[in-house]
Parts: sequence; structure tokens; C-alpha cells
Amino acid sequence: MSDIVVVRDLEKTYEGGVTALRRVSLDIRQGEILALLGPNGAGKTTLISCICGISQPTSGTITVGGHDTIADYRAARALIGLVPQEINLEPFETVMNTVRFSRGLFGKGSDDGLIERVLRQLSLWDKRDAKVMALSGGMKRRVLIAKALSHEPRVLFLDEPTAGVDVELRRDMWDTVARLKGEGVTIILTTHYIEEAEAMADRIGVIAKGDIQLVEDKETLMRRLGQKQMTIELHDTLSEVPAGLERYDLALGEDGHSLIYSYDTQGARTGITKLLSDLAAEGIVLRDIQTRQSSLEDIFVGLVREDAP
Amino acid sequence: MNLHAVAAIYRFEMARTFRTIWQSIVSPVISTALYFVVFGAAIGSRIDQVEGVSYGAFIVPGLIMLSVLVQSVNNAAFGIYFPKFIGTIYELLSAPASFLEITAGYVLAAATKSLAIGLIILATAFLFVDLTILHPVWMLGFLVLTCLSFSLFGFIIGIWAQNFEQLQLVPLLVVTPLVFLGGAFYSISMLPPVWQTITLFNPVVYLVSGFRWSFFGMADVALGWSLAAILGFTLACVALIGWIFRSGWRIRT
Repeated sequence: MSDIVVVRDLEKTYEGGVTALRRVSLDIRQGEILALLGPNGAGKTTLISCICGISQPTSGTITVGGHDTIADYRAARALIGLVPQEINLEPFETVMNTVRFSRGLFGKGSDDGLIERVLRQLSLWDKRDAKVMALSGGMKRRVLIAKALSHEPRVLFLDEPTAGVDVELRRDMWDTVARLKGEGVTIILTTHYIEEAEAMADRIGVIAKGDIQLVEDKETLMRRLGQKQMTIELHDTLSEVPAGLERYDLALGEDGHSLIYSYDTQGARTGITKLLSDLAAEGIVLRDIQTRQSSLEDIFVGLVREDAP
Repeated sequence: MNLHAVAAIYRFEMARTFRTIWQSIVSPVISTALYFVVFGAAIGSRIDQVEGVSYGAFIVPGLIMLSVLVQSVNNAAFGIYFPKFIGTIYELLSAPASFLEITAGYVLAAATKSLAIGLIILATAFLFVDLTILHPVWMLGFLVLTCLSFSLFGFIIGIWAQNFEQLQLVPLLVVTPLVFLGGAFYSISMLPPVWQTITLFNPVVYLVSGFRWSFFGMADVALGWSLAAILGFTLACVALIGWIFRSGWRIRT
């Protein structure tokens, strides 16, 4: 698959001197769903703003569909739909006119048939003549999506699309994203919610402190998640792992008070039963057992912690 | 050229005008009618003709200018300030549209509205005074140019303003005084000589003078100066807006 968005060495320092992005490079593949995870203030929105033309990069280059976002901004921006994080809508206008406006602004001739399809897909058709201010928060968020889709973008940015929406709407949103992917639209979404990234994304990027910490296939990440650790606390200290237990690849915990066994929960056999009986055979007395799954959250927290390297 | 964008912005802004059609039109018409009653009938009856024109008719061009200037600045300033205030400016900034196209959409809409108000006030004036227009084409030309140039100026105010107070500040503290002191209600020749010279630094003098000439064939300053002043002002505004969009001043972070 080719890359539809290419970001190279992007830096953004705001006027006040705050550096929001530090030499960010990112390739977004055509047709994928990329989830950008990161805490507040990590630079997610700044990254999107630079790609979409709302913020001016301090240095670095961005191309969308091969078009430079500054030198060839018309061609680049025509490919992009943006759903902002804040609900920014003209309150006094009707849903229909607000969406028509977006299509025209992006250089497309009027096509009420297409707008009808978009509104129907987002369950907004019944509300087409309602004023935006009369809609609920969830409906307003759908209007934002309808506006972004009104000009048939090839790349759709969803900046925290499900922040503060109820469970039902979140499911709807996920379905919408899945359908758009089916139509070949590349989707980049930012989120705090790890479960959201897990449910939707093909790849997951973690952004923190103004830089991309990792971008990996979700499957690869999930395999890492499949790892589980069992900590066996011992009654007596050991100086080394007994020879009879070598095949379990055990690690000796601090002070020799515990043994740590790593295993794959996805595997056919975890080997726990055998290990425990072998421990008993070695005459080792146990005090306690704990198991712990490393979650995406752990990886995430480890990456974004302030004191992380 | 993204003409769809210009049309979309224009339509969207005109829809706002039609939503508030009564506030948009009734208030300037009423305030102008009050000026006619106070200046034309009450005070004007005690004032002789000004250079052969009855005082009531003499103030008509100035009254139209007063409304058109204030309306143009207000309409265009609000037009671009409101998206900044409610956050919808993100869409303008991310659209494949140049600064000329965005400006054209907002400024044409603001100018259309103030032109309509100017013409309505002119029509109202016919109810109060006997009025002949010597050069109707010039009259319309001056009116359109004034609407456009002051809408451009208002657009700059709207980008500059960071709150609603600032949005009101310039029309209130700059535009209205300039119009009142710009010969809307008197001929410059009525002033003492020193003030006649000082007044020439007021750009509105040239607008009112040229506009009045198109009605009555008399002017405080030469017609050429009036045209040069309004064209110069228009170009200065376009240049400034061009710089604003290139630098992203107050709109792009």
C-alpha cells in the first residue's frame, strides 16, 4: 500500500515559545485506519492542525496525496476532511445549509443527492431543516462529520470523535468509520480511549511530548499484550533457579524471594499446572502467586510517563 | 480559482442577513427618518439653502454615506469575527481557498447588504424631500465603491478584534466621528479657514463630496481627488488583507 500522507521532520513552536511537535515523521498508508493515542497536550491536535492548514509548521514538510500542503495547498486540502474536537458550528443555520456550505467551500458544485446520502447515513436526514442550536450534543457531532464528508474527502481526520458521547453514539461512530474504510477512505483518529483504538484501528501510533513514540500494527501490539507474567513468591530465598526448572525459563526476582514465569495466554497450554507440580517436586514452598497482564495501557503509560527516557 | 467557495460564503452570509432582515433594514431606515425629521424639518427650516440646494435635500448624500459606512464596517467585521468567536474558522483555514476567495465571499456579502440599505434610505429620502440626481450612474458607482472599500476595512477590523468590545470600538470611535466631521451635514465652505484645511485630512470628506457631486453637481473637493481617495483606500485594504492571510496574523496559530 502506498502512503497518502507523508510527514517529514515536522516541528511546531508556538509564538509563546511552547514547542508542540519535535521533528515528527509519520507515514499514513492509503486506506488504513490509524489511531493516534496520546495524553492531553501530547501534540495530537497540533499535528492534525498542521496537516490540515490550520497551523503553520515551524519547519518540516507534509504531503497529502503527493501534494505539498503549502506549495500546492489547494490540491492537498481538497483531499482532506476534518472533524474537529470542539463542536464548532454556526448555531443559527439549518443542518442542510451548514453541510451545503462545507461542500461549496471545498470547491465542489452543489449535489443535494450526495448530501442526502451523507445525512441519511448519519441519521441526520430527519433533522435537515432543524437549526443546529436545537440539536443535542451527539447530533452536533454528527453534523461535523457530515460537513467533513460533504466534499468526498480521501483522508478523514477525526479529532477525538467520541469524547463525551454516549455508548450508543460511540458504537454508531465506529460503524460509520468502518463503512468509510470500506469505501476506501483513509482515516486518522485521535483518542484517549485505548479500547477505541483496539476496536477500530489497523495501526496504532502513540504520541507523547510532541513526538511519535511508536507506530505499529495493532496485531503486533496485541501479541505483545498476550504476554502474561506469573510471580511466585517463595517462603525461603533462592540463590539461583533450580536446575530441574530450567525449561520454564524462569527469572529470579529481587532478593531471591520470587520466581517470575512469563507465558502466552493465547497458547494451547500455559504450562502452569506442570510448573506448579515441578515446584512441589523440587521441595519449594510457595507463599503467594500473582498474575499480571501487560496491557496496551501499560505500554502506553510507560511510553508517555514524564520520567520515561 | 475556487468560485464555489466564494459563492458558498456569499450565500451563507446572505442567509444570515435574511434571517435578521428586520433588524438589518428597519433600524437604519428609522434612524435616517429621524435625521430627516430633526435636521431636515425642525432645524433645516431655519437654514437657508446651501449653494442653491434646500438643506433637507443637501443632507441626503451625507445621511446615506453615514449609514453605508457604518453598515459596511459592521457587517463585514461581524461576518469574519463570528466564525472566529464560535470556532468555525477552522473550516475556512482548512479549505482549498485562497485569501482572495475568502475575502471576496465575506466582503461581497457585506457590501450587498449595505448597498441595499443605502438604496432603501435613498428611496425613503424621496418621501421627505424633493430630490433630483444629476449623475445617477456616478451616484451608483460611488455607492458601490464605498460599500466595497469599507466592507474591506470592516473585514480587517473583524480579524483584528479579539472581543466584542473591540468589534464595536472602531465603528463607534472612528467611523462615526469621521462621517459627522466629514461634511455629511454641512458644506466645508461653511467652516473657518483653519478647519477647512484640517478637514482635508479626513478621508470621508472626499467620499461625501464626490457622492454629493453626483446628486447636485457641486463638490467640496475636485471629483478626481474623491475617486483617487476611494480607490487608494480600497487598494490599501486589499494589500493589508493579503498580508494578514500570508502571515496568518490573528487567524492562524
